[in-house]
Amino acid sequence: MMVPLHSSVGVRARSCLHKNKNKQQQNTSSTKMTKLHNSMIPVLLLRNNIHVFTYIHRKENTRQKGAENAFKVRLSIRTALGDKAYAWDTNEEYLFKAMVAFSMRKVPNREATEISHVLLCNVTQRVSFWFVVTDPSKNHTLPAVEVQLAIRMNRNRINNAFSLNDQTLEFLKIPSTLAPPTDPSVPIWIIIFGVIFCIVIVAITLLILSGIRQRRRKNKEPSEVDDAEDKCENMITIENGIPCDPLDMKGGHINDAFMTEDERLTPL
Amino acid sequence: MAHAPEPDLASGDPGDERPRWDNKAQYLLSCIGFAVGLGNIWRFPYLCQTYGGGAFLIPYVIALIFEGIPLFHVELAIGQRLRKGSIGVWTAVSPYLSGLGLGCVMLSSLVSLYYNTILAWVLWYFLNSFQHPLPWSSCPPDLNRTGFVEECQGSSAVSYFWYRQTLNITADINDSGSIQWRLLICLAACWAVVYMCVIRGVETTGKAIYFTASFPYLVLTIFLIRGLTLPGATKGLSYLFTPNMQILQNPRVWLDAATQIFFSLSLAFGGHIAFASYNSPRNDCRKDAVVIALVNSMTSLYASIAVFSILGFKATNSYERCLDRNILSLINEFDFPEQSISRDDYPAVLVHLTATQPRRVARLPLKACHLEDFLDKTASGPGLAFIVFTEAVLHMPGAPGWAVLFFGMLFTLGLSSMFGNMEAIITPLLDNGVLPRWVPKEALTGLVCLACFLCATCFTLQSGNYWLEIFDNFAAPLNLLIFAFLEVVGVVYVYGMKRFCDDIAWMTGRRPGPYWRLTWRVVSPLLLLTIFVAYVTLLARKPLSYRAWNPQYELFPSRQEKLYPGWVRAACVLLSLLPVLWVPMAALAQLLTRWKRTWRDRDVRPDTNTR
Repeated sequence: MMVPLHSSVGVRARSCLHKNKNKQQQNTSSTKMTKLHNSMIPVLLLRNNIHVFTYIHRKENTRQKGAENAFKVRLSIRTALGDKAYAWDTNEEYLFKAMVAFSMRKVPNREATEISHVLLCNVTQRVSFWFVVTDPSKNHTLPAVEVQLAIRMNRNRINNAFSLNDQTLEFLKIPSTLAPPTDPSVPIWIIIFGVIFCIVIVAITLLILSGIRQRRRKNKEPSEVDDAEDKCENMITIENGIPCDPLDMKGGHINDAFMTEDERLTPL
Repeated sequence: MAHAPEPDLASGDPGDERPRWDNKAQYLLSCIGFAVGLGNIWRFPYLCQTYGGGAFLIPYVIALIFEGIPLFHVELAIGQRLRKGSIGVWTAVSPYLSGLGLGCVMLSSLVSLYYNTILAWVLWYFLNSFQHPLPWSSCPPDLNRTGFVEECQGSSAVSYFWYRQTLNITADINDSGSIQWRLLICLAACWAVVYMCVIRGVETTGKAIYFTASFPYLVLTIFLIRGLTLPGATKGLSYLFTPNMQILQNPRVWLDAATQIFFSLSLAFGGHIAFASYNSPRNDCRKDAVVIALVNSMTSLYASIAVFSILGFKATNSYERCLDRNILSLINEFDFPEQSISRDDYPAVLVHLTATQPRRVARLPLKACHLEDFLDKTASGPGLAFIVFTEAVLHMPGAPGWAVLFFGMLFTLGLSSMFGNMEAIITPLLDNGVLPRWVPKEALTGLVCLACFLCATCFTLQSGNYWLEIFDNFAAPLNLLIFAFLEVVGVVYVYGMKRFCDDIAWMTGRRPGPYWRLTWRVVSPLLLLTIFVAYVTLLARKPLSYRAWNPQYELFPSRQEKLYPGWVRAACVLLSLLPVLWVPMAALAQLLTRWKRTWRDRDVRPDTNTR
């Protein structure tokens, strides 16, 4: 669905006036936003209509302090929540301002920050907007460094308030701290490796032992058979009481004419 | 000529009972497992896709019929007939050919070294797959945690995990770096697993092969079913199989088909000879040869369907993400509501915006997204498994489970091929009685595995991947072609075609028909010779270079083309020649002993005419 390019008017009554609507430029580079090209004049109207601030951003050399201290925020609610996406209305904006004020209160010397000090501007249908934090005297905006520090420290709370994460609630110009890699004390692969290796070593040991046992059994069998034969021969000669020496094959003469079965065929 | 035993008494060594397969299934599975290896998964699909899809099957089938199956039959028949490992077999055919057996053993050792290193990499990935999220899904943050590591940012999380966290590769082959302890212990585990499975020869291999040969088919089927149900699978398959008949005019296609069949069947390693030697003498090796070769080719096809359905999904996924990134840029720039531009509307919207706001649109980092570009981004070899497929798996729901299955499949595929390689080394050593009789078989196997492990530690250096590519490209191909040629010529012309046909008739009950005789006598040797000449010509034409991973390269993440230094080139030549040199050396040694004997006999009996 096509959206007319010129409409950057927020859903609510608050609107930012632009000096030059046709040349409205917004730098969308997520992390390297440094300068604002062309002139832009957003006019901020507070919810309570107490103060009106006009920031005139001219070209780079006449920029006022306010421009540097403003941050662009971009939300991708539908991407994050799908069907459960909520609509972005003034109540959500109020919550956002509350979260920013809460973050600023955590900074030393800024405990007096109120929700009314946070100003939102230029809300688009994307949903994206600019915000800036003013100090209690409402004379100037707080330096970007402080705001950045505050937001970074409480990023998690801000994300959770909107059920979003670092990728769907983007603060352009504020890099998010990446979560530390969750390394368990012992990497998982070592555990599994240990298990597999131990199983293999046990299997090898078992195979070698069974091989040794098999070989020992094979070696014992022919010697056992030999022992039995010797015992039989000894028993026969002793039991009879008759010296069997003449009957003994070893002692007697061998009849050369008689050849045993085995000797008939020449060996291979 | 050595006295070959008569067919009736071909029952093996007298006195020592030769081990046997428990049943025919073990033998078939072992041969299939040896033939079906990593190449079926990551080489065939790539060739199919590069060489015109379905059209590639034509030279492939022709090569299978005229080269693959005949050579395979020769190996199985000669091993079953002479019932020895490769050294014994070729010494029995002719003592002058004993170098062929020695060369095969040396070649198998060289191949085992680097093949098991690839398995060590697979094991490392397998071990790292048991976590969610997978470690290669995101880049690690850099030191001050504001962004990601630069090398990872420049390439991709998957490439970074492979090149840096796994290999820790150096930018140059001269720079060896240090041994990576992680890969070293994975390598030790791999060799331990191999030892466990081949410890008692076919007794243990036969049991292990039931699992290692069938598990890959199970996983392939699971991947096939899952892959076909993923979005974009049909695009990948149509891209793979759309035939492009023009490509058949390129001679390179025929060369690659022939070499693919040849290497895919693992011919000329001596492994099939070793496996066949444990068969009963009367076994139909002709049917086995045809069955195993066909199963191997079918597996290649089956695997390529599974692989390409997943790659099609990956390409579609990448294409959609490319579009989404562009759409997001537009939406952020012009502050459109979220999700207001669908993927189908994107081209029209872009045209409109370029016409109305050209300067703003020109400033955006919009990339051209074409599905064909993503489908073309395929790879072969380790690149397919460790980079392309791991990335594809990331986007499937339940990614760790799929990664575990995939790398488990690769591991068992490689393991069953390793069994063949190890048997090709161990069987000839056992037959020739290299170690005294009282040394148990387990000790010999252990010594071989230990020696191979120690030699293979050089691949765990930081430059190990470069050396592995050298081994893969130079040690194996040329030597295998020469050995296969010598095998078929040796059997047909030295052993004698008639005698060979008689043996086969005794073993299988039927003489080989004219198809076999013609291919053995003429077609296969000629084909092998042509392939060899073509291979050498192609190799000589381009300078020896490699592609290095250099983060400092201007065109990073493209890999930098570097020439091999002189000493590395010498190593390449050495690797190509070392196995082959055994053949002439052994023949010369045999000749010298013959001469010495005739001279000695002539000295002893000077008056009689001895020959």
